[in-house]
Amino acid sequence: MSPPAISMAGVVKSFGDVRALDGVDLETPPGSVLGLLGPNGAGKTTAVRLLTTLLVPDAGTIRVAGLDVVREAADVRRRIGLAGQYAAIDDNLTGLENLTMVGRLYGEARRTARRRGLELLERFGLDDASRRPARTYSGGMRRRLDLAAALVARPPVLFLDEPTTGLDPRSRLDLWQMIEGLVVDGTTVLLTTQYMDEADRLADSIAVIDRGRVIADGTPDALKDRVGGERLEVRLADGAAAPRALEALAPLSDEPPTLEDGAVKLSVRGRSGTIVDAVRRLDEAGVGVDDVGLRRPTLDEVFLSLTGHATRRDDQERDR
Amino acid sequence: MRRLVSDTLVVAERNLVRLPRAPDLLLAFTVQPVMFLLLFVYVFGGAISTPGYDYVDFLIPGIIVQNIAFGGFVTALGLNEDLHKGLIDRFRSLPMARPAVLAGRTLSDVVTNSLSIVVLLVTGLIIGFSFDASPPEILGGVVLLLLFGYAFSWVFALLGLLVSSPEAASSLGFIAVFPLTFVSSAFVPIDSMPAALQAFAQVNPFTVTVDAMRALWVGAPAGDNVWGAFAWALAILAVFAPLAVARYRRAAGG
Repeated sequence: MSPPAISMAGVVKSFGDVRALDGVDLETPPGSVLGLLGPNGAGKTTAVRLLTTLLVPDAGTIRVAGLDVVREAADVRRRIGLAGQYAAIDDNLTGLENLTMVGRLYGEARRTARRRGLELLERFGLDDASRRPARTYSGGMRRRLDLAAALVARPPVLFLDEPTTGLDPRSRLDLWQMIEGLVVDGTTVLLTTQYMDEADRLADSIAVIDRGRVIADGTPDALKDRVGGERLEVRLADGAAAPRALEALAPLSDEPPTLEDGAVKLSVRGRSGTIVDAVRRLDEAGVGVDDVGLRRPTLDEVFLSLTGHATRRDDQERDR
Repeated sequence: MRRLVSDTLVVAERNLVRLPRAPDLLLAFTVQPVMFLLLFVYVFGGAISTPGYDYVDFLIPGIIVQNIAFGGFVTALGLNEDLHKGLIDRFRSLPMARPAVLAGRTLSDVVTNSLSIVVLLVTGLIIGFSFDASPPEILGGVVLLLLFGYAFSWVFALLGLLVSSPEAASSLGFIAVFPLTFVSSAFVPIDSMPAALQAFAQVNPFTVTVDAMRALWVGAPAGDNVWGAFAWALAILAVFAPLAVARYRRAAGG
């Protein structure tokens, strides 16, 4: 088995009295997407800053691409890309100049850096704007340029700190597709987010972080299963058939089905075949069905049940 | 070392490319010093007595030194802006030479400072300034000015990394540099000041540097001023460059 692309073990980082990270363990294999999910102030940005050599941990070990981020910081920097919460680009330079500059700072010759810049601008749909100062770019274009800058050196490990915060839905979708494209190429991505749908869509595994600790981790599905299985909801064609429906569906669940607002609801164990099974049973019982569906708990519900509070705590201090 | 040089040049190029694109910044290097020069010569000049010199000959070395000291401003503003926009984080996550961002910034100040010197000298010559110096002395004066300005760029680099906003960098820079330039021999002979101020003005590095410039350019007695001025500039550089680099290494973005 190949060593993890990113690992943190027992990592502690304090700022004054505040323990931003309080014993964090994380691991992700090469080529996967790890989502770091948590509210503002949970410690997500601190984790990214430690992983990208911008901060030094007080305790614990951090390895990125097989290298120790403290002792081998210079080598780590050659292998990572970072796109932060703000589009870290120079507004007075054009898109192409921004990327060329970053390439040269990775040690490439001007011509090589320029060629790579052009390639990335095309890939990110910015070729039309490549010669315009970045200050004329829209928010979505700036984030794409920022992401392109993080990819200049084709880093095997990429860190994205809240890549879509503040973007409109269309730009978010664009950016998601670009991130998905990277993963296909084998890049390992660590992504922080406070949006459930983003983690759900992009991440292979998720670490839920709150108050400097990882309080749960696993695949999005596993996290949802932890909170509770599926809910089957059957809307009946005729309300009078409800007693027969309750009786017919009872074997599917450990708990007796309930009738709420003209719909029969029950929690079920497995996912596959459940709907077919339910419809067959209802059919055999001669109950007409308007609509039937399985609903999974959302990650929002997962987060709420894990932490006891909602995901967005905008009144909290800013991310550390 | 090769990386330091090439990374520094990349950063300096980045800073200079923006100049023609943000013409308001160019005004700060050109129109503003000229305005000060004209105001001093024509408004105050008649009231200030500078025995042995025309006021314009007395003033030119002083006002150029003042301008050069302020030239590093751009470094403070630029670094602070980079810090808040996350660019410093990006640079620090790149495998580039650690001091290169600061070295590139301060190097581009040398270019803008040269521009200031040219603009002020040309204006000065038009309104009656004349050298009383040999070409090597004139050149020595330019070298001293650029070195002095370079040293102050590092002071401003530290300032830009420490303060919370570009506005704070502006006003703190003013608070620090304005009294230093005014309580010196830059604009008036120091024997016209109250005793306490005279004591300060005599040891002020600005006085030493301005007097050195007058020795080099308008034939004032040199004394120890020329060597003293070079020593001051190198001392400021030796103190503030390592402080600024140390601060940069642990700089935390916005």
